[in-house]
Amino acid sequence: MAVTLTVNGRTQQVEADPETPLLYVLRDHLELNGAKYGCGIGQCGSCTVMVDGEAVLSCVTPVLLLEGRRVTTVEGLGTLEKPGPMQQAFIEEQAAQCGYCIPGMMMRAQALLQADPSANEAAIRAHLEPNLCRCGTHMRIIKAVMRAGEIMRQNPQSGGAS
Amino acid sequence: MMTRPDRKRPTRRSVIAGGGSIVVSFALLSQAFAQEGEVQGAAPPQPKPKLPGSLADDPWLDAWIRIDADGAISVFTGKAELGQGVKTAILQIAAEELEVDPTAIRLVTADTGQTPNEGYTAGSQSIQNSGTAIRHAAAQVRELLIGQAAAQWQIPADQLRAENGKVIRSDGQTLDYGSLVSTEIMHVEARPQSRLKTPGSFRIMGKPMKRVDIPAKVTGTPIYVQDMRLPGMVHARVVRPPRPGATLTALDPSAVERFPGVVAVVRNGSFLAVVAEREFQAIQAMRLLETAAQWSEGMKFPNPSEFIQSLKTRPAQQGVVAERGQPGAASAQSFQATFTRPYQIHGSIGPSCAVALLESGTTRIWSHTQGVFPDRAAIAEMLGVPAEQVHVVHVEGSGCYGHNGADDAAADAALIAQAVPGRPVRLQWMREQEHVWEPYGPAMLTEVRASLDQSGRIAEWNYDLWSNTHSTRPGPAGSLIAAQSLPAAFKAPPAKLSISPSGNGDRNAVPLYTIPNMRVIWHFLPEMPLRVSALRALGAYANVFAIESAMDELALTANADPVEFRLRHMDDPRGRAVIEAAADGFGWSRDRLPDDRGRGFAFARYKNLAAYLAMALEIEVERETGRCRILRVVAAIDSGEIVNPDGIRNQTEGGIIQAASWTLYETVTFDESGITSTDWSSYPIMRFGSVPASIDVRVMERPGEPFLGTGEAAQGPTPAAIANAIRHATGRRLYDIPFRAEKVKAAIGV
Repeated sequence: MAVTLTVNGRTQQVEADPETPLLYVLRDHLELNGAKYGCGIGQCGSCTVMVDGEAVLSCVTPVLLLEGRRVTTVEGLGTLEKPGPMQQAFIEEQAAQCGYCIPGMMMRAQALLQADPSANEAAIRAHLEPNLCRCGTHMRIIKAVMRAGEIMRQNPQSGGAS
Repeated sequence: MMTRPDRKRPTRRSVIAGGGSIVVSFALLSQAFAQEGEVQGAAPPQPKPKLPGSLADDPWLDAWIRIDADGAISVFTGKAELGQGVKTAILQIAAEELEVDPTAIRLVTADTGQTPNEGYTAGSQSIQNSGTAIRHAAAQVRELLIGQAAAQWQIPADQLRAENGKVIRSDGQTLDYGSLVSTEIMHVEARPQSRLKTPGSFRIMGKPMKRVDIPAKVTGTPIYVQDMRLPGMVHARVVRPPRPGATLTALDPSAVERFPGVVAVVRNGSFLAVVAEREFQAIQAMRLLETAAQWSEGMKFPNPSEFIQSLKTRPAQQGVVAERGQPGAASAQSFQATFTRPYQIHGSIGPSCAVALLESGTTRIWSHTQGVFPDRAAIAEMLGVPAEQVHVVHVEGSGCYGHNGADDAAADAALIAQAVPGRPVRLQWMREQEHVWEPYGPAMLTEVRASLDQSGRIAEWNYDLWSNTHSTRPGPAGSLIAAQSLPAAFKAPPAKLSISPSGNGDRNAVPLYTIPNMRVIWHFLPEMPLRVSALRALGAYANVFAIESAMDELALTANADPVEFRLRHMDDPRGRAVIEAAADGFGWSRDRLPDDRGRGFAFARYKNLAAYLAMALEIEVERETGRCRILRVVAAIDSGEIVNPDGIRNQTEGGIIQAASWTLYETVTFDESGITSTDWSSYPIMRFGSVPASIDVRVMERPGEPFLGTGEAAQGPTPAAIANAIRHATGRRLYDIPFRAEKVKAAIGV
């Protein structure tokens, strides 16, 4: 059956079983790559996206719950040509090794900074607790999120996701 | 797919017969060497000198570098990007010696159809092997092009220079590289010596360069094998038995075959998989298929409570790793202890994945394997086809940190693809499959017995280690789970004891310190109760943990400062330099710390022949719970000539955090029914709440020295520095990894 979804500002109909977790609809139906399969049981955060500004684990969220809500993936933060503040900050801080967990990190951080662009380091660390990184890039991720906060504070219009 | 039809097509004869130019080039090159005093590279013994790095295995310059008539430059490496930044570093090296901008180079990595065979991307060797080869090849290509220009202009080569893709003469005239090349001049064997650029003239090497792969990774650009979507692609999932060794005894696939979207149920002996149009359909069908399959018992798991100590009593072969002086003469031991390390997982955040397509008799596989050529050989053997009918292309996956599920997933996908010819098959493992079926880092037990002399120096060192092999990589098909599951099952080849300079289970088993009497024995355990293979640093993790823990205890007995005690035994000036740099950077002292805080130090030269790394860290132990929190870390690393200093820092920070996670939290758990650490809840790793407040990595400047690699250098020192800091904070030494809170609490007896 068809489910109506608004993803990165675009509303579209998707033919999927309503129980399908959002992750598979994003990747398989909408061909978006940002949300990654990591565990399928909400333990690692690599599938994190934003729903109405909140960080949500897309691997355990059925699409039927998302009708009428705004879903944002890392593709909604900017592009290769025009990276958004969060992406720019991760590039500037070189905050990736393999990078597989990074879009999930960015989306959880985006939800924090959209609510509070002046979140401090302690708040960032606490907020990112659900997301796992195996390469050990944590120090750089923290720095990148702090830098993203600075960029957003300097230019309050820049940080919003589509 | 792109291929290189011209690669190796010209024979030596045709080249020599066809091109006077090449003779000119060689003559000019020789002239250049004669004029330059600063030739680097291997000495030229007779008759066949060894070529630098991987050039020894593939000496043709055009195997590594191709320049087209339009000036387009391609560089080929057999090494793969694993998230360690190797693409960026290799681009820096090639661009430096070719005198072009890194953005002017198209870099092709690990592909059995295109690149040299450089074995595995492993052992922190990509820059030593491939980087060295490409550096020399690029320098030689640059000199060939200068030689061509010299011949065209009929002026001496030493009046010319290369810059930005052109050869330039003193009056400003230029010739583009593209106008100077021909297939013939590039298709020559490398010479043992190259006119390398000197560090003072570097534009790109030694300077931080932003990683070329990161922008795609932060924008959701499809670059992972998990992101591949080929036309007509289907999704597959495998169903594994409850335990290794179990065989499929009964299967009723009818309900699964009727499930929406299912394309095929693939059964081949005890190999079982399902293929569906959509990914989530494949997962649902896999769960259904699990209930439709019956399996035999399979292997018996060892008793977990006695397992680690049982390593000492299992059948073993003895290998003498080192023996010097008169070990066994000391009358009393100053320190004697047993250390253990459990099975641990690679734990890639993205479970292993591969895409495979059988078309026109050729099976193409896109995989995040560390070794496209060995994997091709193994998969071809499994499929019973010649290697030419299997093409393996590396595509990035989640970080691997060694031999994880990548090769097995590639084999799974290849086997499934045989059942649905013409349709690309994307297979990804589930989380519990990765946790349960990846080959683990082997459990180890080590014993140190050491004695001090009257002057407080180590007089004797005895070290015994018990371990499996640390590599069961493919090569043979029997290394692959899929091949082991077939009706005519391939058997895993027997593990063999081998003592080599770089080591395996015995990696870093020999202290680098000056000790007159020493004996180091590897009690090699050929039987592997649990499947094991290479995990970042191999035996160096457990061996350096034991050695550097013992060094601290010996320092205490000698009433010496741990840093001074190490320096007392360190004659290698580069070893001393990193020890001093880490201590200085940290502000090492014997001053009293607040209660429950401790400082710890550790050092190792990786493999005793690669990067030097020393670190100091401060830890806080929460007495009520036993929870340990690393507060700050300062590390100093000497990786030889620096290619990308920020890359070295990134890898080292990551190595420290990963090894800290192994040390504080990680152990595979099992009971007699099988593996019980099946997810991130039953196998916890470090989270943000526990990462240090700061990690400061200092990179030593070593201009002109050979590359030494970086990726694994921190793995050994980290557990020892943590154990030494806990000892300093609490007065208690921990011998058994992991140092989970309950173990620390029990040890400190609160």
